[in-house]
Amino acid sequence: MNKKRKFSLGSALLNAPYFAWAALFIIIPLAVVLFYAFSDGEGHFTFSNILSLKDYGGVILRSLLYSVVATAITFLIAYPFSYVVCRMRPASQKIANMFVTLPMWINLLIKTYCLSALMDGNGLINQALVAIGFGKLPLMNNTGAVIFGMVYNYLPYMILPIYNVMSKIEPSLLEAASDLGCGALSRIRRVIFPLTVPGIVSGIIMVFVPSVSTFYISAKMGGTGDFMIGDLIEGQIHSQNNNLPVAAALSAVLMAIILVSMLILNRFTENDEGGSVLI
Amino acid sequence: MKKLGRVFIGVVYAILYAPLLVMAVFSFNSAKSTTTFSGFSLRWYVNLFYDRSMRGILLNTLLISACAAVLATVLGVIAAYGIYKMRSKRLKSAVNTVTNIPLINPDIITGVSLMLLFTFFGTWFLHNSAILGFWTLLIAHITFNLPYVILNVLPRLYGSDVSLYEAALDLGCTKTKAFWRVVFPGIVPGIVSGFIMAFTLSLDDFIISYYTNGHFNILATSLYTAVKKPLSPEYYALYSLIFLTILLLLTAVNVIEIRSDRKNSTVKKKIGD
Amino acid sequence: MKNRNIIELRNVTLSFDGEKILDSLDLSVRDGEFVTFLGRSGCGKTTTLRIIAGFLTPDEGDVFFDGVRINDVPPYKRSVNTIFQRYALFPHLNVYENVAFGLRVSKTPKNEIDPKVREMLRLVNLEGYEKRKVTNLSGGQQQRVAIARALVNRPKVLLLDEPLSALDAKLRKDMQVELRRIQRETGITFIFVTHDQEEALSMSDTVVVMENGKIQQIGTPVDIYNEPKNAFVADFIGESNIIDGVMNRDDTVTFAGHTFTCVDEGFEKDEPVDVVIRPEDVDIVPSKEGMVKGKITQATFKGDYYELIVDVKGFKWMVQTTDAYREGQTIGIALEPDSIHVMHKSEFSGLYGDYSTFSDEMDEDPEAEDE
Repeated sequence: MNKKRKFSLGSALLNAPYFAWAALFIIIPLAVVLFYAFSDGEGHFTFSNILSLKDYGGVILRSLLYSVVATAITFLIAYPFSYVVCRMRPASQKIANMFVTLPMWINLLIKTYCLSALMDGNGLINQALVAIGFGKLPLMNNTGAVIFGMVYNYLPYMILPIYNVMSKIEPSLLEAASDLGCGALSRIRRVIFPLTVPGIVSGIIMVFVPSVSTFYISAKMGGTGDFMIGDLIEGQIHSQNNNLPVAAALSAVLMAIILVSMLILNRFTENDEGGSVLI
Repeated sequence: MKKLGRVFIGVVYAILYAPLLVMAVFSFNSAKSTTTFSGFSLRWYVNLFYDRSMRGILLNTLLISACAAVLATVLGVIAAYGIYKMRSKRLKSAVNTVTNIPLINPDIITGVSLMLLFTFFGTWFLHNSAILGFWTLLIAHITFNLPYVILNVLPRLYGSDVSLYEAALDLGCTKTKAFWRVVFPGIVPGIVSGFIMAFTLSLDDFIISYYTNGHFNILATSLYTAVKKPLSPEYYALYSLIFLTILLLLTAVNVIEIRSDRKNSTVKKKIGD
Repeated sequence: MKNRNIIELRNVTLSFDGEKILDSLDLSVRDGEFVTFLGRSGCGKTTTLRIIAGFLTPDEGDVFFDGVRINDVPPYKRSVNTIFQRYALFPHLNVYENVAFGLRVSKTPKNEIDPKVREMLRLVNLEGYEKRKVTNLSGGQQQRVAIARALVNRPKVLLLDEPLSALDAKLRKDMQVELRRIQRETGITFIFVTHDQEEALSMSDTVVVMENGKIQQIGTPVDIYNEPKNAFVADFIGESNIIDGVMNRDDTVTFAGHTFTCVDEGFEKDEPVDVVIRPEDVDIVPSKEGMVKGKITQATFKGDYYELIVDVKGFKWMVQTTDAYREGQTIGIALEPDSIHVMHKSEFSGLYGDYSTFSDEMDEDPEAEDE
């Protein structure tokens, strides 16, 4: 008998509730998704749900494309934004940060609704444009609007992790870089950027995941051809047909997309060989 | 270069706040439109005050958020302490991975998977597929709140001084007493921030709630129904009030922090020089 | 050592939040010299170093490098490199890439980088560590990487900001020797900042003692120890009894109720002065034969010597001796003329050199400077 690791009643009692909860409501639900995805209404195994997704290939690809583009734009705005904020005085940084956080507390639905009130065909921007004698612009109900809506809603989620990592870079490292001959740009390229990779990765996750799975933004801001996976899943569940197996199959595909993108992103953070990442 | 930077972040802030400004302005609109301003009025704020169904929804929301936050905090603190005490590294990393699943998984998947679980349970065990309601919503909220509580408490536990706990044992405390007298006070800040996070996430969530609430309506789900049609400015009024509250709270917190930073830095300077 | 001035500061003044950190500093550093800025936390030594490095610009005054004014030259264009207090190694790069950093920035051809980096790693005894992560190195090894990273760029001047303060005592001694060797081998001018007087005395060609944003004394270690200019320097470098006295005339000084013969000249007649007596220069004689008498109030065994606190007419002297004495004993004190060092009065008179409240703990704040 192995008596080295004594069974401890205390730690078992400590762990039991959470283990039970996590098993019941985190792991089993995912298994249920797979069960539904691979079964017909009566519980028999079938590939038909997955096979039926081939009609939705375009939607899946579109979701990927839109969210990748939105994530990239978000990054291109968030990175210089964080850089500028990091160079302000500490008290100003706090305030700047507060005003990045503030919109996150307001529900995405109402923000998106207000955004569409601004950008609509008869919305406030177009009213203003007409008033100054400029024609109306087609700001809404197109792909650009969907991507803008995602960038707008998820920008703070990219700024915060990048800012957090960037503001914690030791000032002496930046001085060392200048001391060793770096001008402002080469300092960003050789020191700041590689050191902020962890923040960039979590920013990408925090923007990409909700973007690829969004369903209100695309429905509200997009045109008829801008449907995304989230809209499909929602439609399968809440429309009259209530097709749970297909919704489950779509969810499984979405999970696979997330899983693969996580694996790709992990390559950038778990680099234990030393040496430079990404350069 | 510096000026350019300021202009850039100025533009970003302007875009970030433009829709919120629209919301605030049109909450005072005298007409129902959210695109044409026809005159100043407090009509929607008054309506909000007398709207009984809205009051019911708000009560539901507070009920769910409070229950979910309290239960998730209790369960989360126990879980965090369990993880902290875990000796097997493999088990620990496995548990941490599972904890991260609701964080990383898109909300829609968490929502759909829980909905499928409840329907599955309902159809196969209760022969009733319409079991969604208060209890399923509560379970869903606790589930997505848990990781936030755990991740707020764990760093506090790892940052706590083991020798304090050992000193308490040495001075005659039982393990339980030592936990309550020495470990617990050290993790209270983490518990509080975990609780606040859980509470606000619950208030804000609509995707997961939307799939698990059945006919139990909360603010976010009723908002989702509302934004599909032309939105009543009553919601503008409500969210303007929420915005104002949060603005005041955050400002207060920041002012306090900036002041204490200043004090610390002058004290430091006096000692340093 | 060449006699050309590589660095010159003229009338350099810097204020921060209305507080003068540096007060019209004048200083020249010769090419190839090992200079140490020595002073307490907040005395302005690190600020001076940062001005030379280019991280700070003086409010007034000029900085010259090899005869050229460099006030407005940014750090990355100066042929000066810095060893930072906590090394500031790049955590995302391995040892090799840290050392190669400056060469890569300056676009040195690839085939020249490798031999240079390897030569530097050899110089600091880190061959074989190329692929290591810098975060996994010991303090001493990180220190060596920092030295190699700076020296590989062949700077004219190397600035070292309390580089040994994070190391333990044994390692610090080794690194002192090591740094001295590297300085001799490379012939590069070293400007070294420390609050540790022993470190300063044992390593430097020239020591610059600073306090209150001003230079108190510049000189060789021997000069600084034997001929301190004022009470601050006398107290900061080694142990000193600093006693009020009157300079009667050349070579004659009165203090502690006795008139002594000394070797100091050039004072006004009957000028009030500070008299420095080093604890190890006091001769203990039977009380009848002493020039002055004193009562031992405290005797501490220190290993190779005893440390006595002696009450001489109400003023407590510190005396070091190899013989054993006991508390309460009355002894006589005799002083050779060249054991007495006379200084003009200064702003520091009366602040230092009295051992009535002496305790070992008060010695020196080991906390690194935070300016």
